[in-house]
Amino acid sequence: MSADVKPVATRQAFGEALLAAGREVPAVVALDADLSKSTKSELFGKEFPARFFQCGIAEQNMIGIAAGLALSGKIPFCCSFACFLAGRFETIKISVAYSGARVRLVGTHAGVGIGEDGYSQMGLEDIGLMRTLPEMLVLQPGDDVEAHAMVRWLVSDACMQPAYLRLTRQNVTRVHGDGYHFDPRKIDPLADGKDVAIFASGGTVMHAMTAREALGREGIAAAVVNVGVIKPLDAAGVRAWAERVPLIVTAEDHNVIGGMGSAVSEAVADMRGARARVFRHGVRDVFGESGTPESLYAHHRLDAAGIASVVREELRASS
Amino acid sequence: MADASRQEKIAQLTDLTRRMRGEILEMITKAASGHPGGSLSAIDFIATLFWHRLRHDPKNPTWADRDRFILSKGHGVPALYAVLAHRGYFDASLFSSLRQLGSPLQGHPVNRFIPAVEAPTGSLGQGLSVAQGIALAGRLDGKSYTTFCMMGDGEVQEGQVWEAAMSAAKFGLDSLVAVIDANGGQIDGSVHEVMPSEEPLVAKWEAFGWAVREIDGHDFNAILDALAWADERVGKPKMIVARTVKGKGVSFVEHPTKFHGAALSKDQLAAALTELKITHDAAGGAR
Repeated sequence: MSADVKPVATRQAFGEALLAAGREVPAVVALDADLSKSTKSELFGKEFPARFFQCGIAEQNMIGIAAGLALSGKIPFCCSFACFLAGRFETIKISVAYSGARVRLVGTHAGVGIGEDGYSQMGLEDIGLMRTLPEMLVLQPGDDVEAHAMVRWLVSDACMQPAYLRLTRQNVTRVHGDGYHFDPRKIDPLADGKDVAIFASGGTVMHAMTAREALGREGIAAAVVNVGVIKPLDAAGVRAWAERVPLIVTAEDHNVIGGMGSAVSEAVADMRGARARVFRHGVRDVFGESGTPESLYAHHRLDAAGIASVVREELRASS
Repeated sequence: MADASRQEKIAQLTDLTRRMRGEILEMITKAASGHPGGSLSAIDFIATLFWHRLRHDPKNPTWADRDRFILSKGHGVPALYAVLAHRGYFDASLFSSLRQLGSPLQGHPVNRFIPAVEAPTGSLGQGLSVAQGIALAGRLDGKSYTTFCMMGDGEVQEGQVWEAAMSAAKFGLDSLVAVIDANGGQIDGSVHEVMPSEEPLVAKWEAFGWAVREIDGHDFNAILDALAWADERVGKPKMIVARTVKGKGVSFVEHPTKFHGAALSKDQLAAALTELKITHDAAGGAR
């Protein structure tokens, strides 16, 4: 990890990337529902007021407007908290997914990482919901570098489908070096290891990297795989890991039902001759609660110590 | 004022909509499911729009400067399918495939199968938001097209409609024209019984910042006048409240609930076609 780079929230990186995309691609527009200071869409809105639509506290209408803009050739970034976008699921299902509109739904403050605001503001089911929609892309960057790359891809002609981009409120440590190249078709191995592979996404990626170091000191060789593109999942890539290692532990700030871990499990369940079993780690189908992001990550064992302890337990259970 | 050419238009529309009423009822009976009542209430307005107002090109359905129409009350889609076929978007032979596996004529309209359908609708309350996005894109691109959106008077019970009502006024979207096909009925009863706060529609939309006009939605003269009025760009979105009769045009289908979501039986269809004075020639074409 890059200790010399200041940690930054992926929503912040998104806001900067959106502004940069707006300067290059005239079709890019943005919408927000009274959270533009938090989602960082205001960076775009200040420079391009005519291309920014403040829709007020009315997310389903905002999503529908974004669909109309997209059906007319725009590339709308439709921003709110992950929680409030997922809450307007049926509008997303019909006006965005079924219409095939090139909408970029941007859900920030994902998971328990939002912290003090508590459960009513926590998107913990959004990945699961978005994954069930045909043709919907589901993306979650693990750091600022990946967030920038994803936004560039989302405004490129290579990506015409509806997409959901899930971002953190909290700062995350950069895990990608200068040589990083984003490939939307591939999972992203960050570190190798033969005993276990930790699949992480979003806010847990940096913690998985730190957990790997702790495990290494105990003689456990853990690989870390960043799953930035959750749908379509690189199933072949996942299966290759399931053939290489005896255990895959997924770690994510999302309900264990429906999230990245479910996607990985589905890929392994569908394969023949898997060596690995998959343990899904995340928010274990419980409601979130108020607390600092750090205390919540510790409570749900999503921080480095927590992930390392889950890996140890599962390795013991496997042996 | 109805001049000679206006009289001609009205005579043509009267005959066209009579025949399309027959086609609507036939395709729904063939499918053995569908929504006759809300299709017949909407057909006069939709037909007038497609024959005498929309700038569109069936040969080039994705023409960037076309006027757009979104049928937000998607269950009335047999009316739209009838109009689109007559305007040349697809062949009328497709009618018999309505609601069948593999048909582009889905039970509710879907843009991915029929280019002239601008957005998928039928999950009520969503169309006005999408129409607004289309209108905003046109404004950004300096285009002069108008976006029309037809809703039902039951549909406006959906909260999203009022979110859209707010924002269209905020954005001063005078290239957006909404229509409420106010036929007074919905599945579980009259609109007034189901949700007795539906009226006053005109005052509500005015209070939300819209320019509103109320018409008899079966009076072609009034529809043509309302469409001309809607073309005046006054810095506000426009609402036409079209007072209609559910099942309009066939005496026994005219009922607020009876034929909301029920196909006519074959006998009922025969009686309806007789009442509409529709006969089939040897080749199966309706007259």
